[in-house]
Amino acid sequence: MQTTSDEVLIVRIAGGDRLAMQVLFARHHVRVYRFVLRLVRNEATAEDLISEVFLDVWRQAGKFESRSAVSTWMLSIARFKALSALRRRPEQELDDETAERIEDQSDDPEVALATKDKGAVLRQCLTALSAEHREIVDLVYYHEKSVKEVAGIVGTPAATVKTRMFYARKKLSELLKEQGIDRRWP
Amino acid sequence: MNTMNKEPEQSDIEALLPWHAVGTLSRRDTQRVEDALARDPELARRYALVRDELGETIHLNETLGAPSAHAMEKLFDKIDAEPARKQAMSFNLGARMAEFLASLSPRTLAWSASAAVFAILLQAGLIASVVIKEKNAGGYETASAPTTDSGVGAFTLIRFAPQASSDDVTKFLKANKLSIAAGPMASGLYKVRVAVTGLPKAELANIVKKLQQDKVVGFIATTE
Repeated sequence: MQTTSDEVLIVRIAGGDRLAMQVLFARHHVRVYRFVLRLVRNEATAEDLISEVFLDVWRQAGKFESRSAVSTWMLSIARFKALSALRRRPEQELDDETAERIEDQSDDPEVALATKDKGAVLRQCLTALSAEHREIVDLVYYHEKSVKEVAGIVGTPAATVKTRMFYARKKLSELLKEQGIDRRWP
Repeated sequence: MNTMNKEPEQSDIEALLPWHAVGTLSRRDTQRVEDALARDPELARRYALVRDELGETIHLNETLGAPSAHAMEKLFDKIDAEPARKQAMSFNLGARMAEFLASLSPRTLAWSASAAVFAILLQAGLIASVVIKEKNAGGYETASAPTTDSGVGAFTLIRFAPQASSDDVTKFLKANKLSIAAGPMASGLYKVRVAVTGLPKAELANIVKKLQQDKVVGFIATTE
């Protein structure tokens, strides 16, 4: 069965087609939500932000020029919304939420290590990365974006994307080492 | 930054490992990485670390849950609160063309482009041969434009009601299995194909009579 491409949906949305908007939303809202949630670390905020992201898609569909994939365009909008929301929030609130979020994740790293669940420790450390590093790791690994697409979303040159990914992974190794896992890299 | 400052080629390849694991590299880069992995066991070991990261990042994201069912309601409440869109005369031919092109697969598109290039070259050749022939024959030049309509099928001329939205017109065309063959003309008329083969005059008149009842139609008449 052939599904309607995102590009076709955008053309229909530009013409005011609500059904096309529903299809696009159903297709992408979970991934956009998770991307935003990993940045803002607050479920209510993330949920509010996705309706803003898709509202922007509704408003701007006529200006979409297919220079990038629709999903890449939406993640760019989502990123902008998430960063704007973070700027509006007091730092204290952020720190509290960060701490809560880290505690919320599965087992404590030491417990996980004791039970030899290396995967759980790795996930803990992925959660503990900075927003900048979490973002790039998610875009590459979870959202499957190419170097060029990440560069477009984050607004940096392709070389910077590669370097940032390297440092995110390096930081991950350091965090793992603190938890007793030496990857012998970098 | 030790690793990144190693051999430029090696560090460049290593920097590509995350994208290689996901499969988002170009064919050329994929080949470079695969060659390097085959000859360098240490790089292969590091690639295994990348694959662990990939698996756990997916696992982590998949456990983040999903927004509530109210998310879509919220969105459509906001959309409903938006001012009505100014819609250019509905079926906006540019948008329809974009939709048509977007619906083609890359392979189809490539074949279509090749066919179009061939057609243009053929047409250029024909025009050139006609011009040369006419010059040789000392013939006259005409100012008339060639017709783009193949003329095959049964047609009507339609002017849509001014209050009809693009949505209305699209639905009308779809519901009645009509397609735009040409237009808009100077008076806002469109030549609309009602059948792919010619129809008897009486049958075409009946179709026109039926279409005339639709509120989307401002004016309709048969045409050749």
